[in-house]
Order: sequence, then structure tokens, then C-alpha cells
Amino acid sequence: MIGMFSALRLILQRELLLSLRRPDQLLQPLVFFLIVTTLFPLALSPQLSLLRDMAPGVLWVAALLSSLLSLDALFRGDAEDGTLEQLALSGQALSVIVVGKTVAHWLVSGAALVVMSPLVAIALGIPLAAFPTMLASLALGTFTLSWLGAIGAGLTVGLRRGSVLLSLIVLPLAMPLLIFGANATDRAIAGVNPAGAMYFLAALCVFTATLAPFAATAALRITLE
Amino acid sequence: MNSTFTAPRVDASLDVDQVHVWRGDRHVLKGVSLTLRAGELLHVWGANGTGKTTLLRVVCGLLRPEQGTVAWGGRPIGAQRAEFQATLAYASHEPALKSDLTALENLRFAVGLKRPAADAELQACLDRTGVGRCADLPARVLSAGQRRRVAMARVLGVKAPLWLLDEPFTNLDLAGTGLVSSLLHEHVSGGGLALVVAHQDLDVGLAVRRMELDG
Amino acid sequence: MWTWFYKLASPPYVYRVAALLAPWLLAAAALLIGYGLIDGLLFAPPDYQQGNAFRIIYVHAPAAWMSLFAYTTMAVAGAIGLIWHIKMGHAVAAATAPIGASFTLLALVTGSLWGRPMWGTYWAWDPRLTSELILLFLYVGVLSLRPAFEDQGRGDRAAALLALVGVVNVPIIHYSVLWWNSLHQGATVAKFGRPAMPGSMLAPLLSMLAGFMLFYGAVLCQRLRGEVLNRERQSVWVREAMKS
Repeated sequence: MIGMFSALRLILQRELLLSLRRPDQLLQPLVFFLIVTTLFPLALSPQLSLLRDMAPGVLWVAALLSSLLSLDALFRGDAEDGTLEQLALSGQALSVIVVGKTVAHWLVSGAALVVMSPLVAIALGIPLAAFPTMLASLALGTFTLSWLGAIGAGLTVGLRRGSVLLSLIVLPLAMPLLIFGANATDRAIAGVNPAGAMYFLAALCVFTATLAPFAATAALRITLE
Repeated sequence: MNSTFTAPRVDASLDVDQVHVWRGDRHVLKGVSLTLRAGELLHVWGANGTGKTTLLRVVCGLLRPEQGTVAWGGRPIGAQRAEFQATLAYASHEPALKSDLTALENLRFAVGLKRPAADAELQACLDRTGVGRCADLPARVLSAGQRRRVAMARVLGVKAPLWLLDEPFTNLDLAGTGLVSSLLHEHVSGGGLALVVAHQDLDVGLAVRRMELDG
Repeated sequence: MWTWFYKLASPPYVYRVAALLAPWLLAAAALLIGYGLIDGLLFAPPDYQQGNAFRIIYVHAPAAWMSLFAYTTMAVAGAIGLIWHIKMGHAVAAATAPIGASFTLLALVTGSLWGRPMWGTYWAWDPRLTSELILLFLYVGVLSLRPAFEDQGRGDRAAALLALVGVVNVPIIHYSVLWWNSLHQGATVAKFGRPAMPGSMLAPLLSMLAGFMLFYGAVLCQRLRGEVLNRERQSVWVREAMKS
């Protein structure tokens, strides 16, 4: 039997290879992110001074919704072609598989979102000075969200209309991180020290990343029965 | 490809005792028991819907039975899940391949999680099951029969003492059926254990125990 | 002592005992709620700040408390089912979920009605009401997840896991919403002012709370009997019971 870290590395390789073979699946949530942020100026006002006030909220809600889209696919592909069972039977702890898949998923979706966020930030009038906080908070937030989504995806992957249930389950759980993340960005825009909100966000991230793997693994076991 | 696995553990034995499984209202498995020792092949057969696949999933440890136990080497599999699963190779109804990966890449990941295996060895497994030429083709362009052969190559590559095969002859032509039969023969006469679910008769060239599941 | 516990896990026993308990619980609940309502609505002194409108606290506060209590009960019962594979645990969780959701809805409606005379609007994103709303979403999640599975057992286990994840998040959600609201406070305090509680106010409130708790117990017994019958419909004792 191979060791835990070799297994993790192998899973990461597998997931990244699979993602690269399907670039359209990578791009779609990112485009969705852009589209959703475009909706707000169209619905409200093109004035940057007004948009700036709403910018953190718009940014975060758009990030949340597009993450949900990509999270639905976390386990679905493997469940549909039977490889999820094989992974569960690989002799590796299922939690190792789950950690590998979730981290890989964040790398190609959450991290991609963070990289794209400056584009959206400029469009919403967020000043450059706020960018570091915005990027850091989005990185922490999307990582936390990947873990919450892993739990939801684990529970709903085999179900009809599973993606609707996934949103129903994950969004209420994601409200705290929305509060802290948007607030941190808001403070940064106002020129106020965002440390308080960032600490809460970081604490939430650590808490979730520590406990969620167990919950997501348990969820997958229930699904695999 | 000589012996299909290294050395069988002396305590390689599978004991399933009075397993009951309900799926919703249906009593799918009603007190099923079986034993399997090294060098034995058990053929499980029965009509559709009699729980053959469910039985395999219970033996794998994917499905926890409401009553009854499954033991490997005398110990319940619940207490040694990861180690037990490392000693088995499960081939389900579907070939379980990623359609975007090549046959070789599929094996690299599927086998690689269980044991380190060089590409040359995986290529040899593919050659043995007659799909060596497909090594660099994405699984989605392979025919159903070729995919089934790649799945068998994975079973070979994993080098596990216990084989759990669900309808391994599906989509295979005469040559393919002969291939799987000879692989089973090699595995079992080399001391391996095999539990095969199949609705047709097995012609493996060995004494085969049969068990019927009735609804 | 453990035999009592094992009995509790036995469906026919639960079915019988629930039938015996329910009428008593309902009667006691009716008494306590009756006293609480009469005393609270008619006799307790009006709050010097909020006048008579605050009286809705006699329904709102117990409802809110029960909504949290029910969610915790649901999570604990589900955990018992999940960890020790005791089917009655899942039955209790399944029976509790709709009751808890109803309490949540009641708390939200009464809270909104209370808000009208206070803030001039039916909804002002008060932190406690917002937390209650998010709790309602958590309930809806659990209520939607269980029936989505074809197999009852898997649905129970999935719902139990979700309830556990939810119960861990409830304090986090509560405090983050409180924090969020405190940041955006204007000069006017749009929060539910907690009136000081002299004994004459406290007694009917506690009575209402106890009454709600017993009412929950009574409804739980009834729903539990239904759940038990449904889940055990294949077994011999149910078929016997249905014949008689």
C-alpha cells in the first residue's frame, strides 16, 4: 500500500489532469462569475461611485453562486462512471481521497476566481488599495466554501435535482463567511483596518477545513451504499 | 505475466455469515452465508434482481448489512476496512474508466493508488488482456469490449488476492470470454480467491463451487 | 437500567408508550399554555416602553426557544441513529423536523408582527430574526434532503449528518449575524428591546415555555407513532396492530 502523501499527490495529479482535459468545464463557472457581476450595473446604475458601495456584496454573491455551479461537479463525474467506487475501494482512507479532490477542485475553480477578481473589481470601482484584502479574503472564503460544498456534494451527488438541493444546503451554511468576507473588503475600500473581519474569516476557514473532511467523507459513504 | 499476485497470506479467507439487506421495502439478501478460501472460485448466479450485485457490495464493505457479518482472515472487515480493501480487486458492472483519460493513464491512477507500478508493468497488463494497442487512446473511443478488457487489466495490475467480479463477461466476444476464463484459472490455481457473479456457466478449467441466490 | 434504554429502541414499545403519554402531555400543555396566555395577555402589567405590543413575547420567545431546542433534539436523535444504528433515533429526528420548522415559522411571524408597532415595518433585518430565518433555511434543507433518497435508511443517515453539520453551525451563524448587525446600526436601535423581567412577567413566560415544551412532546408522540408505523410496515407486529 502506498503512503498517504503519495496517494494525495496521485489524486491531485488525477484531478488536475482531468480538469485540463475539459477546459470548458473550468471556464464556464468563471464566465458565469463575470455574467452575474455584469447583471448588477445593468440592473442598478453604471455610476462607479454607486457601484463601489455595493461592490463587496456583489463580488461575494457572484463568487458564491459561481462556486456552487462548479461544486456540483466535484463528485458527480466519478459517481456517474463508477470510478468513485473504485476510489473508495482503493485501500486508501476515503478522507484522503476527499481531501485530494476538494483541494484540487479549489485550485481550479476557487483560485481561478481569485485570479479573475481584479478584473471584476475594476469594473465595480473597487480601488487598487483594497485589492490585497479582497484577494486574501476571497482566497480564504472560496477555500472554506469548497469544503462546505464538499459536504453538500457528498450528500447530494446521487440524487435527482441534486444541484438544487446542493445550493439549498450550502448557502445557509455559507452565510457567515459571506458576512466576514464582504465586510473585510468593505473596510478595505473605506480605508479602515480590516483585521477583525479577516481574523474571523481565517478562523472560520481553519475550523471548516479541520472538520469538513470528516463530514464530507461520512456523506460520501452514505451516498456509496 | 506469471503469478497474478505475490504471496497469498496464510490467513486469506472470506466468511460471510447470515447477511440480511433491505433496500426500501425489499428484503434483498435473506440470510446469505458463504465461505471462500485460498485457491477457490465461487460462482454466484441467480435471476435478475436477486441481489447478486448487492452481495458483492456487502463483501467489498461498501454496503453495511443490517444483520450479519463479513470477515476476512477471521476478523470483521469493519475493523480493518482500508487494509481489507487493499487486498481486493472489484470489477463492477460498468468498466469504471475515466473517458477523458487514456487506458494507460486510467491504470496509472487506479493501480497506482493501491501499489506503485511502473508504466512498463501496466503496459504488460494491457498486453495480456489484448488491448495493448489502446494504451494511449482515450477510454471514450474504445469499444465496450475493449473497455471491459482494460478493466480486467486493472484487476491484474492491482495484484490482489481476492477478486470480486460482477458480470465480467459482459460485452466480450468468444476470445474475450476465453481470456477472462484463463485469467481466472491462473489466479485461482495460484492460490487466489475469486467470487464471480455471472448469469452464464463458467468454464474455467477448475472445480467451481456454485451458489444460487433466489429472490 | 440498560434494559429500559433498549426498550426505548424497540418500535412496538415506543408505539405503545407514545400512545399512553400523548393525552397527558396534551392536557398539561393546554393547562400551562392556557394559564400563560390568560395571565400574560390580560393580567401582566404592560411594559412601560413598549406598551401592550410587547405581549406578543409570550408567544414569540417560547416559539424561538423551541425552534432551537427542536433542532438540537433532531441533531442528537439523528446522531444516535447514525452512530449506534438505532432506528428509533432516526424516527424521532424525522418526527421532530416539521414540528421544529413550524415553531421557527411561528417565531418569525410573531416577531414580524411585533416589529410592526416597534419599527413601523414588518421586517427590519433584526439580528435575532435574521438568525431565526437562517434556522428556517437549515430546517428546509433537512426536510428536503430526507425524502430525496429512494432508500429510507440512506435518507435518514444523510439527514442526520446534515442536521449535525447544521447544529455545529447554528452558534456560528448566530454570532456572525449579531456581529454583522452591530456594524450597521444606525442611531435608532432596531432591536427587540429586552424588557426587564419582574416576576409578574416571568411567570406567564415560563409557563408558556413549559407549555410549548409539553405540546412539542405531545405532537412528537403522535408523529412518532405515525413514523413507527410507516417504517415498520413490513413487520409482523404492525400487521397485527392494524388488524385489531
